[in-house]
Amino acid sequence: MSKPRFKTRYDDDINRFESGGHRLQYLLLLGLALAAPWLLGSYYTGELSSVLVWSMAGMGVMLLVGHTGQVSLGHAAFMAIGAFTHLALMLRGWHFVPALMTATLVSGISGALLARPILRLSGIYLAIATLALGILVEDLAIVAEPVTGGVRGLIAPPIELFGLTIDRHGTPIAFYYLCLSLVVLVTLAYSNLLRSPTGRSFLAVRDSEISARALGVNVTRTKTLAFALSCAITGLAGALYGHLVQAVNFESFLVIISIALLLQVIVGGLGSIHGAFFGAVVIVVLPQGIAIARDLLSDVGIRVAAFPGLDMAVFALIIIVLMVLEPRGLYGVWLRVRTWFELFPLYRKGLFRRARSYLKTERLK
Amino acid sequence: MDTLQLLISGIANGCIYGLIALGFVLIYKASESVNFAQGDMMILGAFLAIALINTNQADLPFLLGLAIAGLSLGLFAYLLDALLLRRVFGQPQLTMVVLTIALGFVLRFIIGAIWGHDPVSLETPVAGQRLDIGGLAIPVIDAVIIATTVVLVALLWLFFARTRLGLAMQASSQNQMAAYYMGIPVKRVVSLVWAMSGVVAAIAGVLFAAKGAVEPSAGLVFGIKAFAAAVIGGLGSLPGALAGGLLIGIMEPFAARHLPSHVAQVSPYALMLLVLILRPSGLFAQVRQKKV
Repeated sequence: MSKPRFKTRYDDDINRFESGGHRLQYLLLLGLALAAPWLLGSYYTGELSSVLVWSMAGMGVMLLVGHTGQVSLGHAAFMAIGAFTHLALMLRGWHFVPALMTATLVSGISGALLARPILRLSGIYLAIATLALGILVEDLAIVAEPVTGGVRGLIAPPIELFGLTIDRHGTPIAFYYLCLSLVVLVTLAYSNLLRSPTGRSFLAVRDSEISARALGVNVTRTKTLAFALSCAITGLAGALYGHLVQAVNFESFLVIISIALLLQVIVGGLGSIHGAFFGAVVIVVLPQGIAIARDLLSDVGIRVAAFPGLDMAVFALIIIVLMVLEPRGLYGVWLRVRTWFELFPLYRKGLFRRARSYLKTERLK
Repeated sequence: MDTLQLLISGIANGCIYGLIALGFVLIYKASESVNFAQGDMMILGAFLAIALINTNQADLPFLLGLAIAGLSLGLFAYLLDALLLRRVFGQPQLTMVVLTIALGFVLRFIIGAIWGHDPVSLETPVAGQRLDIGGLAIPVIDAVIIATTVVLVALLWLFFARTRLGLAMQASSQNQMAAYYMGIPVKRVVSLVWAMSGVVAAIAGVLFAAKGAVEPSAGLVFGIKAFAAAVIGGLGSLPGALAGGLLIGIMEPFAARHLPSHVAQVSPYALMLLVLILRPSGLFAQVRQKKV
């Protein structure tokens, strides 16, 4: 049971933490994340880095889909732009930091350039246009051979930073801390953005473009900015992903990755930064869990033939169940559980019921 | 002559794209959402037909097998909507998009687990036969595909324009609430549209498997391409879907011959992106002013 909270100042509405206890929770989480390599061992630390990279990519998608309401089915394209730019620059002798910054910038700018024509579309049409974009980039990655290394792709060089040589396999713990610090930075920037007028205008555009326009929000500019920022974060994630998997080629960023990214943020819960992290955990833990379950089953004598695509099918089933029962994803489940404890024993079933909207065509007057 | 030959093969391919695109349009017309599992439903129809018709499988007569495959896929789609998709009725469009994407993954997995991942083709009574018209050798199956598509589009168009149920379907897509007040059982109507799109998907799948070979993973690529066709034609227009399908079908062999292979591969998507940017509601647009 928590004490009731009263807001006594206007700042209470935009404070990053609701209360001291809330701040303590996040400090604990950060402490846990810092201590993780000692708790988990090097293999699972590597997996945790993978969670962090996917969380970063998820945050990019979340900013666009969850907070600005523009659906993208082609974000792997921007991961590809980030990864190829970053690795190509590093292979040409650039230092890690400027290469990373340039890659982020290039992804952001290409996002901004593409946003103008594409964001005139909305809803399903936007999803399709971004899907087409994702498919085009797949082939572009082969055609642009001088940058991307063509079909063979690029191999990630080790990172030289503060006199350390950081390599995902050689020094997984150092790589983990690198990912962690970048993710923490981006998360802080993201949550700050949401407290700022710009972030508020993103939410306004998501909830109703017409009302946003009436309130003086420049909708086109806001959408373009959201798209650019989202692409920049995704590009940064792509660059880190390049170091995580050590070698990238056109097959690293197939359209299926774009779809998985969208599904990831939806499983996590649209419209919350937590969602990006929850989704990344599911994406990374699920294949591991299935592999472990398969081993256990074969130990007791049940042979599960290796069905290709089982991971994705189980993931898809989780999505279907979540969509039907809790459209706000795992974050929604977490909210319900938390509220149940906070209000115990007064929790009511319909507390989180969503208003339904009835369809009117967009095709005819 | 060569060009003409290429053209006819392209038209036959385009008809199959057009048929899948029809499935998209049907769903879009009824519920203003997109069924991303359409390609996988087509593959499911194809594998059902193969399991029923091929001599090393159930070995049923061709037309009987076709009818059973079509009807069972129709029933499957009806139940899919009635039992699962109806539950997200009234939620944002994205929910439906995501749900059908996920369904596509599950279907693909199930098809692969049952029938394996090798390409198979359907045995037809007309396999290998050719029509000889003025020096052109047209495979009979191509002629069958074109004829079936034309008849199906005409029937569907008549259905939507002339029958009570067709009108009810249009009404429930334009304004669900108003349609409900007018006594249209909106939910059942939407399920019926799903059933129809299931039947159309099965027919497309059968034609596809008769012309070439199918494998479970083909559904995604084919679905996206057919989707491009539907978008180029303008989602929501039946003739538009066919025209878009034909455009892509005809473009592909010519692009493959005259352009470098990377460019040829992405040409349908590039065309779709171009149409979306220049004419966002498709070539056969139905969109007029959107009001508040």
